Amino acid sequence: MTSALALQVDAHLSGTVRRVASPAGELAYEVEPAALMSVCRALRDTPELKFEMLVDVAGVDYLHYGRDEWQTVTATHSGFSRGRVARTTAPDPNMPGRFAVVYHLLSITHNHRLRLRVKCLDPQEPVVDSVIDVWASANWFEREAFDLFGIMFRGHPDLRRILTDYGFIGHPFRKDFPLIGNVEVQYDAEKKRVVYQPVSIVPRVLVPKVIRHDHRYDPALKDVVPNELTERR
Amino acid sequence: MSEIRNYTLNFGPQHPAAHGVLRLVLEMDGETIQKADPHIGLLHRGTEKLAESKPFNQSIGYMDRLDYVSMMCNEHAYVLAIEKLLGIAPPERAQYIRVMFDEITRVLNHLMWLGAHALDIGAMTVFLMCFKEREELMDLYEAVSGTRMHATYYRPGGVYRDLPDSMPKYQPSKWRSQKDVDRLNEARSGTMLDFIKAFTDRFPANIDDYETLLTDNRIWKQRTVNIGVVSPERAMQLGFTGPMLRGSGVEWDLRKKQPYEVYDRMDFDIPVGVHGDCYDRYLVRIEEMRQSNRIIRQCADWLSSHRGPVMIDDRKVRPPSRERMKDDMESLIHHFKFFTEGYEVPEGETYAAIEAPKGEFGIYLISDGANKPYRLKVRAPGFAHLAALEEMCTGHMLADVVAVIGTQDIVFGEIDR
Repeated sequence: MTSALALQVDAHLSGTVRRVASPAGELAYEVEPAALMSVCRALRDTPELKFEMLVDVAGVDYLHYGRDEWQTVTATHSGFSRGRVARTTAPDPNMPGRFAVVYHLLSITHNHRLRLRVKCLDPQEPVVDSVIDVWASANWFEREAFDLFGIMFRGHPDLRRILTDYGFIGHPFRKDFPLIGNVEVQYDAEKKRVVYQPVSIVPRVLVPKVIRHDHRYDPALKDVVPNELTERR
Repeated sequence: MSEIRNYTLNFGPQHPAAHGVLRLVLEMDGETIQKADPHIGLLHRGTEKLAESKPFNQSIGYMDRLDYVSMMCNEHAYVLAIEKLLGIAPPERAQYIRVMFDEITRVLNHLMWLGAHALDIGAMTVFLMCFKEREELMDLYEAVSGTRMHATYYRPGGVYRDLPDSMPKYQPSKWRSQKDVDRLNEARSGTMLDFIKAFTDRFPANIDDYETLLTDNRIWKQRTVNIGVVSPERAMQLGFTGPMLRGSGVEWDLRKKQPYEVYDRMDFDIPVGVHGDCYDRYLVRIEEMRQSNRIIRQCADWLSSHRGPVMIDDRKVRPPSRERMKDDMESLIHHFKFFTEGYEVPEGETYAAIEAPKGEFGIYLISDGANKPYRLKVRAPGFAHLAALEEMCTGHMLADVVAVIGTQDIVFGEIDR
């Protein structure tokens, strides 16, 4: 089913989209920001594709992608503690291709799904075109991605915060935003109102992030090679 | 002539008809809605960010708390996404158990929806009747998982444990005589599956009772017919799924169109509405309960005649048994690694969606090869529905806002995440 769809996508959109790794039964493409609007329109309006529904829009921050928190070599030196070593080098927040927006499309007519990823060009000011004119459901999904990741959507009529508090500072789902946050609220008996103050708890990692490069996960050694999982991001 | 100005009304967040914590800023012309601006996020807990800091299995419990009236369905989507990336499939019996509990959950959700929706627009009795049956289904949750709501029952590779052989029974107390207890325990004397079968035999009559109270009720019809009409084209544009889409006449159900687990072996029908108003969506959900009842029955029949494992035999995703762990070094290591580190999921990204009671509940999961998700995005059906609230309410009266919120089956656990 997906291969037939892939042929259709190639026939109508070749040159503008690039196929990326996805598990069996799913189709994922990457598109350049400049071509986003035309590709989205084509995906919706081409009779063979007809993706009339935008199911979801997800922001992604690739800042910590592939960085683990467990280092075996130094962990043995420091004894049998949590084995977690705080990284001394923080990743560069201006890393190119840091932010991406992922669109999940659904065609009710043809019973197809497709995933479209667009990477924002400037990590300091991530901007992509709003697809709200193509699919009305993009409205709140884009507001959410703006709120949580700070990705701007050019042409969105009402790009306000949606999930965080009134007057919130920062974009909480960015990887360099601490899990415990920056401020906490408390009732101030003297001022007789709720006040914000810096967080009093210390961040800690309960289970370190581990990436194992052992044979189980080496696609080259698996019986069945998942077609495109080998392609690195 | 005096100057007439629009009136801005704040609705919620502490309002019984706001279904939790919805704050609506309504601009009114007299009693007619001109603009509605929902303010959400008052229940935002950052589930997706929390999941990024925990091994895969530790987030299953968080999924229950998203849409907290259809708990196991949320778990199901999450577990399916992990299974897709791991490339594993649960044993057949586990698939039947999952389908059965998905449908039990659907009935649970729709009963809650029906009761609350009816209560919102003025029918008290239905609420009490719905909660009576809900209680029985909650007992099933408790029997398999130990908790009435937040089950954490589904696991990657199957379900946590097999169905119990007996149902918990009522005890006589100061408030409950022996006679009452005997009556209540009558259906509980056999196995859990016997209890479920007895429930499925009885439940259609219960639905008939709800329908007697509502379907031809003049007040109910006045409050729901032609309220919040959505055309099929608009419903697709707005990203509607589930009963909201089917109520508008689009025949779309993931259980039929993109079947997962053993739904392709089930015999059931998909109800579809005609007008796309609140009344049609009510009829769709009522019929869905009947169809769910059929699926539950089919699963219960299959499960009582087929035994087998309910979890795959893979030490990387399933801890070894207590006995094995005590006398086998290998098992001890597996046990330790499973609970301290979890398992690494191969690099990749996937989207797994299920037909949750409210619509398409999807999990978009990105793994960078670690023991924690790199990014988890929850696609909540209610989020898209609530985004369309303004469109559905504009031009209606203030009291109809309550009917529209009710028909959307809003639960803030999943919308705010």
